[in-house]
Amino acid sequence: MADDAAAQGDGGGLVFHPLDQFEIKALFGGDAIHWYTPTNVTMWMALAVLCVIGLLVLGTSKRSIVPGRTQSVAELAYGFVYKMVEDVTGKDGIRYFPYIFTLFLFILFSNFLGLLPLSFTTTSHIAVTAVLAMAVFLTVTILGFVKNGASFLSLFWVSSAPLALRPILAVIEIISYFVRPVSHSIRLAGNMMAGHAVIKVFAGFAQVLAIAPIAIIAVAAIYGLEVLVSFIQAYVFTILTCVYLKDALHPHH
Amino acid sequence: MADSAVEQGAEAGGAGMPQLDFSTFPNQIFWLLVTLIVIYFVLSRVALPRIAGILAERKGTITNDIAAAEELKLKAQEAEQAYDKALADARAEAQRIVAEAKAEIQTELDAEIARADARIAEKTAESEAAIAEIRASAMDSVQAVAKDTAKEIVAALGGKADARSVTSAVTAAMKGDA
Repeated sequence: MADDAAAQGDGGGLVFHPLDQFEIKALFGGDAIHWYTPTNVTMWMALAVLCVIGLLVLGTSKRSIVPGRTQSVAELAYGFVYKMVEDVTGKDGIRYFPYIFTLFLFILFSNFLGLLPLSFTTTSHIAVTAVLAMAVFLTVTILGFVKNGASFLSLFWVSSAPLALRPILAVIEIISYFVRPVSHSIRLAGNMMAGHAVIKVFAGFAQVLAIAPIAIIAVAAIYGLEVLVSFIQAYVFTILTCVYLKDALHPHH
Repeated sequence: MADSAVEQGAEAGGAGMPQLDFSTFPNQIFWLLVTLIVIYFVLSRVALPRIAGILAERKGTITNDIAAAEELKLKAQEAEQAYDKALADARAEAQRIVAEAKAEIQTELDAEIARADARIAEKTAESEAAIAEIRASAMDSVQAVAKDTAKEIVAALGGKADARSVTSAVTAAMKGDA
């Protein structure tokens, strides 16, 4: 990337291409990207799947009572999300634990894989996070109506508020309900994209000798921050899914 | 990629977002769905039952171990109680034996003391009898000596004294003394 930038920037001044890393390219050449074309998206998602299998299937293959390192991590992840689902949605939310754990692991590994140099971050794309968020939104909404029937609408009718305020609150609640998938998806994609772009911008500054040390230290620092953000965003996405699921299962305030 | 309008715009403007290149959306969505379904099946078919099994097994093992430990503790307590009881029994037995021995010794001692007392009394009586005999014989001797002496004295004084009067006088004198 730096070579590219340097080559293109020989006209004078710095040329940054912080967004090049997000480009989607067909893996085996060709310009046309059809829906089935294997692309770098395919590759990095497949790697995420392999990581999931490596951690949760191969890591636990010994089934030891006293766990080794990998098995400990797998059990930790399992316990972490299981407890989150149980605490936030209650006992009846446990049924949806595999679904939520799938989301968590996919986002977590996509985020962490995206931190590898020269990698591609699938979760930095709004198309991916929007599908994830819409899947949660639709599932939760349908589940809410199936489980509670029309009384699911009481989610929007704040019975603890004064009667005069309730219609206004209902409007606000409905708007906030439909904004959920938007915020849910843009939060994740935005965090991922912004962090990676900032790292790239600082890496671009490293071309200038005078500020190179500062730029490199900044890259290292932001990288550390991004490791944290990667986990936190996976956590936030998962816990919000749990919260939405709780609303669907127990819509009454 | 050149056929993408957004991409062209991006290149022209110098800042375009590949995220907004809608032509790649079907591709991403398709592969995302494939990925999610694969992960879901891997989790729900293999990983989650296995981890749940491991956790349950571990919980069971821990519960069993704790139960076993509890049992052993109870056994230890029982053993301690049995030991204490045995100790107390032994103490009681020892005390009983000591008391018995004491009583036996006491009776023996009493009998021995009684026997000794009897012997002492016997000896005392014997001795007293002997003393009385000695005293009696001494008294006779004294009387005889007194008579003889009285006769000798009377003779020495030139008197003639018949044996009978001297004897009666000595006897009277000795009775007066006694």
